[in-house]
Amino acid sequence: MKTIATISKNVSLKSIFATGIMVSMLLACSSDDDNPIAVDEEEVITTMNVTLTSTGGTITLQSQDLDGDGPNAPVIDISGNLTANTTYSGSIELLNETETPAEDITEEVAEEDDEHQFFFTTSGSITSVAYNDVDGNGNPVGISFELTTGDPGSGTLQITLRHEPKKPNDGSLADAGGETDIAQTFTVTVE
Amino acid sequence: MKYYLFIIAVLSSLMAISQDCNAILLGEVLDFHDNSPLVGATISITGKDVKTISNGNGKFTFKNLCEGVIELEVSHPECTSKFVTLTIDGDTFEKIKLEHHLEELEEVKVVGDVPTNTNSGQEESLSLKDIERSSGNSLGDALKKIPGVSTLNTGGNIVKPVIQGLNGSRILILNNNVRMQDMEWGEEHAPNVDINANQKISVVKGAAALEYGGDAIGGVIVLEPLPIIRADSLFGKTQINLFSNGRGGNITSSLVKSYKTGLYIKGQASYKRLGDLEAPDYLLSNTGIQERGISLNIGQRNFISGWEGYYSYFQSDIGILRASHIGNIDDLIQSINSQQPNIINEFTYDIVRPNQEVSHHLGKLNYYRRFEGFGKWTVQYDFQKNRRFEYDVRVGDDANKASLDLELTSHSFLTNLNIDAKRGLDIKIGALGRYQSNFANPATGVRRLIPDYDKYDFGLFSVGEYKVNNSLSVDAGLRYDFSRIDAKKFYRTSRWEERGYDDEFSAIVIEDLGTQLLTNPIFDFHNFSGTTGLNYEFNTNNRLRFNYAYAQRAPNPSELFSDGLHHSAARIELGDLRIKSESSSKLSASLERNTLQWGYTVAPFINSINDFIVLEPTGVEFTIRGAFPVWSYRQTNALMIGVDASLYNNWTSKIRTDHKFSWVRGNDESTDTPLINIPSANFNNTISYINPNWNNFMVSLESQYVFEQNRFPPNITVFSPQQQQDVLLDINTPPSAYHLLAANAEASFSIKNSNDFTIGLSVSNLLNTSYRDYLNRLRYFVDDMGRNISLRLIYNY
Repeated sequence: MKTIATISKNVSLKSIFATGIMVSMLLACSSDDDNPIAVDEEEVITTMNVTLTSTGGTITLQSQDLDGDGPNAPVIDISGNLTANTTYSGSIELLNETETPAEDITEEVAEEDDEHQFFFTTSGSITSVAYNDVDGNGNPVGISFELTTGDPGSGTLQITLRHEPKKPNDGSLADAGGETDIAQTFTVTVE
Repeated sequence: MKYYLFIIAVLSSLMAISQDCNAILLGEVLDFHDNSPLVGATISITGKDVKTISNGNGKFTFKNLCEGVIELEVSHPECTSKFVTLTIDGDTFEKIKLEHHLEELEEVKVVGDVPTNTNSGQEESLSLKDIERSSGNSLGDALKKIPGVSTLNTGGNIVKPVIQGLNGSRILILNNNVRMQDMEWGEEHAPNVDINANQKISVVKGAAALEYGGDAIGGVIVLEPLPIIRADSLFGKTQINLFSNGRGGNITSSLVKSYKTGLYIKGQASYKRLGDLEAPDYLLSNTGIQERGISLNIGQRNFISGWEGYYSYFQSDIGILRASHIGNIDDLIQSINSQQPNIINEFTYDIVRPNQEVSHHLGKLNYYRRFEGFGKWTVQYDFQKNRRFEYDVRVGDDANKASLDLELTSHSFLTNLNIDAKRGLDIKIGALGRYQSNFANPATGVRRLIPDYDKYDFGLFSVGEYKVNNSLSVDAGLRYDFSRIDAKKFYRTSRWEERGYDDEFSAIVIEDLGTQLLTNPIFDFHNFSGTTGLNYEFNTNNRLRFNYAYAQRAPNPSELFSDGLHHSAARIELGDLRIKSESSSKLSASLERNTLQWGYTVAPFINSINDFIVLEPTGVEFTIRGAFPVWSYRQTNALMIGVDASLYNNWTSKIRTDHKFSWVRGNDESTDTPLINIPSANFNNTISYINPNWNNFMVSLESQYVFEQNRFPPNITVFSPQQQQDVLLDINTPPSAYHLLAANAEASFSIKNSNDFTIGLSVSNLLNTSYRDYLNRLRYFVDDMGRNISLRLIYNY
């Protein structure tokens, strides 16, 4: 009696193992054919276009990094030289060019402007940048700004977009904290 | 505390050569701990209807036995039943030692002369008491009590065990005889196990335990579940722990019903919840944790045959320090320089971004059968499903989307034959087949860090152990493992070219999407491993173990395929398709002395690893978001040497001290530079007072000194876009040495049964010392945890 019971238990267990193996083999076969779908990153910012307009004309500064976290560094393109002792009205456009048509990320930043802020650090012949816009709480955002040049020479304009900075802050990156979405430095000539 | 069943056979030397069934077996049953005779133990011969009971001296006799191999079942009301195989060769004398503590019973198992998982490897374990004291902690924290075991942390809750300087895929975790398949490749992937489901946890340092796997260059962690006794019984245990740091606690409960027929059913569940942890000077925002675990066993265990069905589920939601989520290299430079977290919020139990949610299902079916005069055959199938979500701080519509969503499914089938009928010789032969499939969900909207892949494993092994005489046993083993990984991986075209894959791997491109390439890498690995060693007992108290192990490990998916920005670590991680298996040759020895009065273990090792796979910072890459440090995998030849030592002494019957020291040196032999992430030396001293007359009162004070790691790879120089100049990124410099004190007190009380209720109070980091540990990935951002007072209540019923 005992032997029979053991054997039948043995058989049922074997069949469970066999089923298990068959299931695993089926799974193995079924996943072979179809290829995974590519991921197009959605929230990536590939391009920053800075437009500086004065009565004398328009200058654009572009930083474009189409491979994102790939090995290629961003490509910087500056359309021309700035004019000395001039005030430019500036605006920033952010694009995701991995999508076609390119997605405008500026809108997202504008919608969540209380969670974002551009910071401008200048040197040399670029004397100052002033904010020209505010969020719902009256704190600066920086999508729109005014840039003033000084005497002819070389200057740098560093633009940093911080996500979830401390707002309001004292205008310095250290005080603002948060995470960096964009950090790009343009070296320009003022003539 | 180790559980040993010693069989010391003194065969009568003048034996009559006779086939008559008139041999006499004289036996003695002793308590393992103090050699006192166990009175009233029942001894029966399996397969025969004979039974006897040990007398006042623990002795028993069977007469009229035939020559040959017999099996004895030895049971005692306060011990678990044990099976002893022995050879009757004329009149025979046998000494049997039982562990005489009901609470520390182990599974019924047939014991040859193997005390532990290996014969000659370096091996140590945690007892049930140790596990209870670490009940609310992670597996890694609990294992730190063992010399040579340290941890690689991402904060206080993500803790990976490190054995003699090696971690991750080099450590195999065996959970109730199932090899965990839980994405152990990542530095911030902790093992998905509930330590509360276990009775005993052993660590084999190195690859000596070949039957569990051939690639355990670092070692094997063997988790053994709660005990079963073959008797009609119903018992359970509930433990509650409360913690001041994190302002939470955990509860774990188990219930076991067993029958004389060998049938048993057990259930166990745990829940843990902690809020934000605290460093001495500030709150560590978003470091809460929530964990749930449940396990169920049902089975029947008899001498001839048995089966078990097992299911466990473990789920954790772990917050990752908010301040560690940084944007780019300038943020990292700022964090390293400021030495202060940039975000400190109010205390909360809520876990927000960044965080990880991981769940693990494990199911197992197991059957064994014993064949008289031959051995034991086991078959086992297991199924595992590991799901990992990692969430980053994201904006807009993606705010609640995971950045990483992986599902790893594994099916394993294994069968073993244990040929142990011949006394003194124990041979195991086994085979393994495994199919594994990883699915990386594209819905994350983030390029996959780890690709979709199918993996096939096949292994064959044979290990043998021979007891040359009463004091010497030798062992040897061989193993072959085949593994094939078949992945479908997207590469950015720019990355593909930068790595030079366009020359070497153009054949595996199956689709060109313009900016991305879909590739189908298929790699086969043939790995061999072997071990041999000896175990020499020069008298009952002293033992020498010596082992050589050669092991090969195939690269894991992360080492081969990693490619992209790891947002949570703010670093670009790059694998390499050219990576091949690494192979380790390790010599280890262990000299041990164990007496009631004092004892020591000195365990030196030397491990030479060819093609050692190492991940380290190598440079910086620029993106529109700034510059990021690049961490790349490369292969080199490594040499690791070290020693683990421990010593204990009972100064009086009540006062005991324990001293532990471990040290390891890792060197990159190709470049003659130190290896990264090698634990620094540490020195641990404990003094304890135990008084059994005061409700088993115990109080101890522990001092832990962790040396500064003076050997580390050079730092790297990076261009800081913010500062517009090259700066030294102090990414490898280890923090200073530190010293921590901990105190622990415990007492047991009798409510219904003797000592069924235990209450304990522990304080870790007693002086609330601010410190940072080299092997904590968050050391750039914050100090480690401050003082933690914990209360534990344990009730056995």
